[in-house]
Amino acid sequence: MSAPAPQAGFKARAAAAIADPTLKIAIDRTTGTAERKRAAAVAAFSEFEAARARGKAIKDHVIAHLDHYLETFERNATAAGAKVHWAASDAEACAIVVRICREADAKLVTRSKSMLGEEIGLPHALADAGIERAETDLAEHIIQLAGERPSHIVWPAMHRTREQVAELFAEGHHPPPTAFDPATMVQSARHELRTKFLSADVGISGANFLVADTGATCTVTNEGNAELTTTPPRVHIVTAGIEKLVPSTAHAFALLRLLVRSATGGELTQYTTFHCGPKRPGDADGPEEMHIVLVDNGRSRMLKDEFREMLRCIRCGACMNHCVVYRQIGGHAYGGVYPGPMGAVLTPVLAGLERSRDLPSACTMNGRCAEVCPVQIPLPTLLRAWRGRSWRERLEPSGLRYGIGLWAAVARRPRLYRFASGAGVRLLRRLGKGGWISRLPLAGGWTGSRDFPKPAGRTFMELYRAEQSGKGGPS
Amino acid sequence: MTPTGPTVGLFVTCLVDAIRPRIGFATLRLLEEAGCRVEVPPQQTCCGQPAFNSGDDADTAALARQVIAAFEPYDYVVLPSGSCAGTIRHGYPELLANDPDWGPRARALSAKTHEILSFLVDVLGHVPQGRRLEASATYHDSCSGLRELGISAQPRRLLADVEGLEMRPLEGNDVCCGFGGTFCVKYSDISGAIVDEKAEAIERTGADLLLAGDLGCLMNMAGKLKRRGSSVRCFHTVEVVAGCADGPAIGEET
Ligand code: SF4
Repeated sequence: MSAPAPQAGFKARAAAAIADPTLKIAIDRTTGTAERKRAAAVAAFSEFEAARARGKAIKDHVIAHLDHYLETFERNATAAGAKVHWAASDAEACAIVVRICREADAKLVTRSKSMLGEEIGLPHALADAGIERAETDLAEHIIQLAGERPSHIVWPAMHRTREQVAELFAEGHHPPPTAFDPATMVQSARHELRTKFLSADVGISGANFLVADTGATCTVTNEGNAELTTTPPRVHIVTAGIEKLVPSTAHAFALLRLLVRSATGGELTQYTTFHCGPKRPGDADGPEEMHIVLVDNGRSRMLKDEFREMLRCIRCGACMNHCVVYRQIGGHAYGGVYPGPMGAVLTPVLAGLERSRDLPSACTMNGRCAEVCPVQIPLPTLLRAWRGRSWRERLEPSGLRYGIGLWAAVARRPRLYRFASGAGVRLLRRLGKGGWISRLPLAGGWTGSRDFPKPAGRTFMELYRAEQSGKGGPS
Repeated sequence: MTPTGPTVGLFVTCLVDAIRPRIGFATLRLLEEAGCRVEVPPQQTCCGQPAFNSGDDADTAALARQVIAAFEPYDYVVLPSGSCAGTIRHGYPELLANDPDWGPRARALSAKTHEILSFLVDVLGHVPQGRRLEASATYHDSCSGLRELGISAQPRRLLADVEGLEMRPLEGNDVCCGFGGTFCVKYSDISGAIVDEKAEAIERTGADLLLAGDLGCLMNMAGKLKRRGSSVRCFHTVEVVAGCADGPAIGEET
């Protein structure tokens, strides 16, 4: 059986997620903590709003001059000894990485967490090429043991409770952990990964920033695994989306302050590393080769359409932590690589709207995501843009299309509307018992989980009219 | 008493018109008390939000033009809903931005459109006097009003002046109730789970009443509370501020 298309399965996956009480506990733990810590960090950072505006301005500037910064970056990275590759698509990016691995005769590669890597399907591509891959980020390690995809862009394994992780480690670690308290489990993972760190031929990382004026790439982690992934192996490959560019190191730090506070509520990550070219003569350590794969994969198309603002995204995850829908269904239900509000905008770009039509629709438009987004991306507006496209391309179910069309036709004729609404409320009243209706035809979705208040017997317009003519005023 | 204040076009909104006219009359009362000359243009139907949120821009634009034509003669347009006011304030100008005729008219209407309670406080500086209600209540911030129009302090300010009313804080007061217009029917499982959590938080306050500024959200929360067998009674904030909350709550037999 082939995997269901994201769209076909969205409602079913969402329903399954809602029915899983363990998942809800895991989601609430992670997003609840993130929400509280972010609120505290923002409260303690008096210039947060100004920093957001600056973050937005930096990103907008780079996006407006992307070609210039890409060229500058390439020139400076090359001068530092790195080799820069360009990939137009996910497939092309994977092919480049696999080729570099083959040229390095790699048996084992280590990889530190990178959503771009997930986006281009790198884990699969490596498996298909017969190259062993070890994920070095603790959460990615868990995901790899479970054979799953990330469910959150910052905490990929947030859907797994500690108890479930203990089970995975007991099975997947050799030897299994001696106890299942967090410290012993982390120790066990460390032990498991250490040999891989040291024997890997190639280390693959992502980048949080590409610094144009130095040609450096920047990664931030809290575990230090990126450093161990990128330093010991002979070859270091960076895969990064072209929107990761910043003009200078100072700009990277301006965004970093926003990123960390928005993601974890910390002031700075434990490890912030800049990689500038391979090992130079006299350096104590570092890779012999450094490759940087710059990936487009739909981004230059976004530059030209209404989703351009999405290119500002710094992948902090705040929008999903504050999303009521994500907090009910978690990340996997979205069916794409990126979940939550940012995923609902990006997945149609990456997978096509036809296959992901549900994502922009499954949103209440409450605006909390945009309120917390550190680079002020108007996520609801972008989701509405997808809905507009979906409507114009006739992807919405015909029942909805006719329903809305009919309703709008009546609403455009006030006298007919008066008549219809008056008749409608009286009809509805007959379905009620006491003050409530517990089953509604055509809107079973409503009464499936809540009652519907019985309307008053007459509409406001009818009552108001009667009152006015009773007053003897103009009718 | 002849009104000395501005002329206000009252847009009761389609939900209030059909489901709970009392909210419309409470709004009318507040405006008249504040000295406004109030008219209810008979061409009003709906602001078009169901079409707008479905991506049906053509139908939304047609309804927007109808609303603009009906309401542009007035000094102000006032609605008992942050969500519908938000659509007129932000949705119309966005939708008609490139229309040389309707674009400017949409922007002009946007500039004089207000939700009732913020209109009383921010524009008229009017606080109704002598209100009394012996009850405890909690308040939910409806999303559009809160984030699109900045409605937060105004209703609290007015509720604080209601004698006998004890306000209790609601945990997650600014978190969406899961209504979302057509969302609650299209994605009813998700919507149902969201409003279940909201109802739990409301029940934890132990308050007698739940108040909010949008009938859609109120129907969603009231309907869930009812399904859960809760005894919390739900009113639109306007009903309390206008002194009209002595009658049946939402879903109580009229
Ligand atoms: S859209 Fe904004 S809030 Fe969401 S991940 Fe991107 S930067 Fe963070």
